[in-house]
Amino acid sequence: MSILVDEKTRVVVQGITGNEGLFHTRQMVEYGTKVVAGMTPGKGGQKVDGIPVFNTVLEAVKETNTNASAIFVPPAFAADAMMEAADSGIRIIVCLTEGIPTLDMVMVQEYLKERGATLVGPNTPGIISPGKCKIGVMAGYIHKQGTVGIMSRSGTLTYEVVDQLTKKGIGQSTCVGIGGDQIIGLDYVDLLAFFEKDPETEAMIMIGEIGGTAEEEAARFIEKHVSKPVLAFIAGLTAPPGRRMGHAGAIIAGGKGTAKEKMEALGKAGVRVVRNPALVGEEMETILKGRRS
Amino acid sequence: MKIHEYQAKEILKGYGVSVPKGRATETPGEARRIAEEIGRKPIVVKAQIHAGGRGKGGGVQVVNSPEEAEKAAQKMLGMTLITHQTGPAGRIVRKVLIEEGVDIKEEVYLGVVVDRSRACPVIMASREGGMEIEKVAAESPEKIVKEWVDPSIGLKPFQVNKIGYGLGLEPAQVGKMRNIVFGLFKAFYEKDCLLAEVNPLVLTKGGDFIALDAKMNFDDNGLFRHKEIAALRDLNEEAPLEVEASKYNLNYIKLDGNVGCMVNGAGLAMATMDIIKVTGAEPANFLDVGGGATVEMVKNGFKILMSDPGIKVVFINIFGGILRCDTLAKGVTEAVREVNVNVPVVVRLEGTNVEEGRKVLNESGLNFTVAIGMKDGAEKVAEAVKTKG
Repeated sequence: MSILVDEKTRVVVQGITGNEGLFHTRQMVEYGTKVVAGMTPGKGGQKVDGIPVFNTVLEAVKETNTNASAIFVPPAFAADAMMEAADSGIRIIVCLTEGIPTLDMVMVQEYLKERGATLVGPNTPGIISPGKCKIGVMAGYIHKQGTVGIMSRSGTLTYEVVDQLTKKGIGQSTCVGIGGDQIIGLDYVDLLAFFEKDPETEAMIMIGEIGGTAEEEAARFIEKHVSKPVLAFIAGLTAPPGRRMGHAGAIIAGGKGTAKEKMEALGKAGVRVVRNPALVGEEMETILKGRRS
Repeated sequence: MKIHEYQAKEILKGYGVSVPKGRATETPGEARRIAEEIGRKPIVVKAQIHAGGRGKGGGVQVVNSPEEAEKAAQKMLGMTLITHQTGPAGRIVRKVLIEEGVDIKEEVYLGVVVDRSRACPVIMASREGGMEIEKVAAESPEKIVKEWVDPSIGLKPFQVNKIGYGLGLEPAQVGKMRNIVFGLFKAFYEKDCLLAEVNPLVLTKGGDFIALDAKMNFDDNGLFRHKEIAALRDLNEEAPLEVEASKYNLNYIKLDGNVGCMVNGAGLAMATMDIIKVTGAEPANFLDVGGGATVEMVKNGFKILMSDPGIKVVFINIFGGILRCDTLAKGVTEAVREVNVNVPVVVRLEGTNVEEGRKVLNESGLNFTVAIGMKDGAEKVAEAVKTKG
């Protein structure tokens, strides 16, 4: 098993005819993801590498039975794209777009909740269940199928951690980029619950960063509801206050949202917190050895 | 994006929020004329910089005549104002706001921000006006009244009542506050703000509410649909190197350390700064060249990075995904050829096209220290810092 996406996932790519959409559709197909449809208004009837393109997501759902969406559309149109996917009955929406206005996301969140759709992102590298399905822009080859669940607000830092694990022979069940924006869909708490229930996942890694209170909320949840080991790294111990560190959501505002606070909260909840990002793989190796002996 | 107080007041005035009569200027003579137009005393002269705490640093003066206003403006314009928010370097004052003085009965705080956890805007109010709201929240959170706004319904009159009566105001005062709360919220929402704040909102002896200070921070991601707001960006308020970086779509933040770093991805960039610290050195900057960087962007990023004189060692840490390692390597070698680099450069490459990338570095004939893995990279940086002493 794995969480959220697997070999049964049938993907529609919104924005398939754009540069990014096309490039990553090919990468996803090469990885083995079942991309069954594309969607670009006005381009219905065309085919991209044999994949049928539709004018609306609803048509794609009716014709191809797609159940997940990957969104590669510019920021100004991304909110509309997410709402269309939800309205058309898509249950897993992965929005890769960076730069969506925060207040658009306020609206999208409410709309998606009412329709029971699950959002990954936005501003995320996506989600991958190694060996089964990749919806996103991460390099597939660094991953390896296995038992560690990863959740992260970052892209390349996640690749770094995945690479450290894979080089030690430790595989991953599912890796989820929850997104670097202020308002995001799935958060750590949702994923901790999924991973806790997933029989294939043995341990979890949480990669956090400065800004907001998602890590603190995760700490409270872990204390009460998580029995599997959780390892955490929080980026931004050296980040100056009041500055947005690349991600829209990575800002220490009014003295709140520091890496130190988050590390302390997680530590208190029994999470092993690594301070050196180069040692995440080693720490996980130790945790897994301890469990297996 | 931040704007000046006078600009925020101008915007809020358009939304029905009362503000003191006045205008901003760059010259003492004009300051005097504005004071004459106002035609009453006292007059307040306020330095316009993107930082709080101006009063304590000498950036706010109350005067009693147009002549005094001119003198105060003369003194303030061109001065370097240092407050707890500017850092020790301070900011040069280029504009002053000349306003009518307001008789103050009470100071209230009123602000709107986005509540990240609840994914909706929240209005906050407190009778501890004039104080930083974070301080009130930390010391006496019970003094803050909060109202969350349902995004599809919008702000409703009962919520404004809850805020007003929650603050313990008189019925007549709640009535007078209504327009201000609605106006502030509307401005926040329509202009894609991340923060809209009136602090203090003054209750005058005459029983009216007036915005004595105002602050608006805008969502950079929303600026594409607000050209009029984007036009208010004041480059003088930003560090020159950061302005330069933004021209190339690079994300650069200058810090005070000795190890310059160039990384792809914000999370990995922060983690790289952290690991530099773990090894005992200090990061000199944050530089994220992004996922889709070109040779040109990498080259410019490296040049910007190198123009910081405090740098003793450079650490380039790249995990190629979309950004291919050979692209990065080409950008760096081109930049090194153009810039006079006299400090050690440690390069760690991993991911897409890593072999091609390492080959470009090795065949360049330039002196790079190539590291394998982040740990090795950090150790090599630490070593180089020690040798450079």
